[in-house]
Amino acid sequence: MSKNEMIAMLLAGGQGSRLGILTKKIAKPAVAFGGMYRIIDFPLSNCVNSGVYNVGVLTQYQPLRLNQHIGIGIPWDLDRKNGGVTVLSPHVKGGDESGEWFMGTANAIYQNIEFIDANDPEYVLILSGDHIYKMDYSKMLDFHKQNNCAATIAVLEVPFEEASRFGIMNTEADDKIYEFEEKPANPKSNLASMGIYIFTWSKLREALIEDNKVHSNSDFGMHIIPRFLANNEIMYAYRFKDYWKDVGTIESYWQANMELIKHVPSFNLYEDFWRIYTNTEHQPPEYVGENGVIRKSIASSGCEIYGTVENSVLGPQVIVEKGAVVKDSIIMQGTVIGEGSVIDRCIIDENCVVGKNVKMGMGENIVNELKPKIYNTGITVVGEDTVIPDNVEIGKNCVVFGKTTEADYAEGKLPSGKSAIKEGVE
Amino acid sequence: MKAIGIILAGGNSEKRLGELTMSRAASAMPVGGCYRAIDFPLSNMSNSGVQKVAVIAQYNSRSLQDHLVSSKWWDFGRKQGGLFVLTPYISQDDANWFRGTADSIYQNISFLRRSNEKYVIIASGDSVYKMNYRDVIKAHVEKGADITVVSKTFEYNRDLTKMGVMQTDASGRIMEFEEKPIEPQSKEANLGIYVMERTLLISLLEEIIPEGRYDLVRDIIIRMRRKLKIYAYNFDGYWNSIGGGILDYYYANMDFLKKDVREMFTKNFPYIATKPKDEPPVKYNFEAEVSNSILGNGAIINGKVEGSVVFRRVYIGEKAVVKNSILMENCHIGNNCVIENVIFDKGVTVSDGAVIKGEKDNPYVVKKNSTI
Repeated sequence: MSKNEMIAMLLAGGQGSRLGILTKKIAKPAVAFGGMYRIIDFPLSNCVNSGVYNVGVLTQYQPLRLNQHIGIGIPWDLDRKNGGVTVLSPHVKGGDESGEWFMGTANAIYQNIEFIDANDPEYVLILSGDHIYKMDYSKMLDFHKQNNCAATIAVLEVPFEEASRFGIMNTEADDKIYEFEEKPANPKSNLASMGIYIFTWSKLREALIEDNKVHSNSDFGMHIIPRFLANNEIMYAYRFKDYWKDVGTIESYWQANMELIKHVPSFNLYEDFWRIYTNTEHQPPEYVGENGVIRKSIASSGCEIYGTVENSVLGPQVIVEKGAVVKDSIIMQGTVIGEGSVIDRCIIDENCVVGKNVKMGMGENIVNELKPKIYNTGITVVGEDTVIPDNVEIGKNCVVFGKTTEADYAEGKLPSGKSAIKEGVE
Repeated sequence: MKAIGIILAGGNSEKRLGELTMSRAASAMPVGGCYRAIDFPLSNMSNSGVQKVAVIAQYNSRSLQDHLVSSKWWDFGRKQGGLFVLTPYISQDDANWFRGTADSIYQNISFLRRSNEKYVIIASGDSVYKMNYRDVIKAHVEKGADITVVSKTFEYNRDLTKMGVMQTDASGRIMEFEEKPIEPQSKEANLGIYVMERTLLISLLEEIIPEGRYDLVRDIIIRMRRKLKIYAYNFDGYWNSIGGGILDYYYANMDFLKKDVREMFTKNFPYIATKPKDEPPVKYNFEAEVSNSILGNGAIINGKVEGSVVFRRVYIGEKAVVKNSILMENCHIGNNCVIENVIFDKGVTVSDGAVIKGEKDNPYVVKKNSTI
């Protein structure tokens, strides 16, 4: 691939509101995954592994952690003299009275036409920071060129009964797209769009400018693809047959993490030639103590295990004190689980302190009262930097956030379905 | 900081570390699950604010070069200063290997001449410790020393006959110094870390090399101890060297199982940096039984591991038992193996069912990429 043949634009501005408290302070692409990674590491690593060394990352919602994580791109070898990674945020434009947020997926690209023009690429790869997968984008580009496409859309074959949840590409026998249907009631095909597109830049540029005149919230699925179809541009579906996981909900996020601890996981992080890169401050070894027990789990660098860990995913520098039991849970970076505590089917975000003899994930499966659509599968979720006092009992589908004290737990309990959320900066 | 660093990584310790250093310099020896020995002095340099460091390598420097190829992990990837790896070269009037520690610096004297920092910190590349060299320079200035030698008083039963042992007066000035004494006269030993002014080092080297004297300790520290004001800086923190022999190497690694030692290096700021290898988390499978062990990223554990140091990407098979052992990167232990008191170099493959046992104070060493 020549220097600027293809540039990638990674849409990382989404909140991911269905991940609840996990995305309160950070954008979804910055959410930790698989112990040591963040979701955005997967598309970013795919880029460099595919030879795409020019990546624009579009941020909008809570970008701080994302900016810190990406930095100048060193972990992905994206610190380069030519290209590399550029973080693109909404900004005030010269001449205008005020700035403008990114109003839609295509609008975000429209607002960065100058950035793309400055790099003068032939093709533009559009990615989202929401999915866990390994994909060689250079093969997709070959396919794009072979078929003389204006646009190529990566698709996944989904079961027909689930197809009505996706954007579906209806294609001819050779996978040429003749119709696009968003969440069709009666799907004609099972080729679901993965939100990964390659466009010939001249064609996309024109479409973005034209579409902006009619839609201020210009969106790839709703506006740009239909526009291409209406203009009889050549579009092909590129079938992707490997592991691909949307981690959009608490349950699917938990499931995807748990798949990594299977004896032979369907998603392999241990391959030599398609590494996933991430930014860690430092990567010391981990330690399992004299009476520590850890099995059917993965644990990241710097963990210290003095208690028992089973069926769980631990991020870097997690400490499980003696007598503590962590089961079926995801514990993120820097969190400490105090002596004698029991954590069952919980997700505990970064840098939390769980006191001694705390019981979490106990009792009946009652859906969360405040956000029943988000917390309803029994998983209790603890937001980042939360403190949980000693000796309290927390139920299922609970949400805990902030520096809680005993006063927040009536009779030392937070029953299933309840929330303890302490807002504000102290 | 107004100092440049020199790390002496040229040591040929083949005789002492045997098969383990056949393929690499002692400074490149893997330590503590994911580090190499040189990470410790190199991180100390960086953490002490030193901006420019030369690593002088000679013996089997390939793996050292590989490790240091990008200097940004230690924060040396800079326009100003940075990291220089210096190896012997042939010039019109000289085609010598380094003939000694002083000679190895002399042959690269232009590194000293082209700097303008006031001080030079010289450190050996094969010791495991955390030190703020700023403190050493501060003491050096306060005492008005010509040369400061970092020393440590070894209260416990360490074999000092392999080290340099000194006697100092009440002010800390070195009065007597014996290299590898048969009968050590004190418990204060040289840690191989020296501070002096850059211009003094240049003139000393220019004086001794033409006389055929090539050794930093013998020909400068010992020989000039009365002429120059040479002071000891007594360091009371953790220090260990891996270059002294197989047992030194074994115990320096096993020290990481002690909470205070481990946490000093892995938890307390500033950190020891190393070249990242982007390995995934350690995977503990259903029958894994791990206790009192450290594990590097990317390891996959099926069997039992006890009292051991397991480096990156090691695979331990089902029902295998590993005890009191050091397994370097990429070792593959088959199912049902029993491994005790061993040091396996990188990439050792052990077939299913093998039993390999060393003795407690005589670990069984297997060289790189062997198959058993």
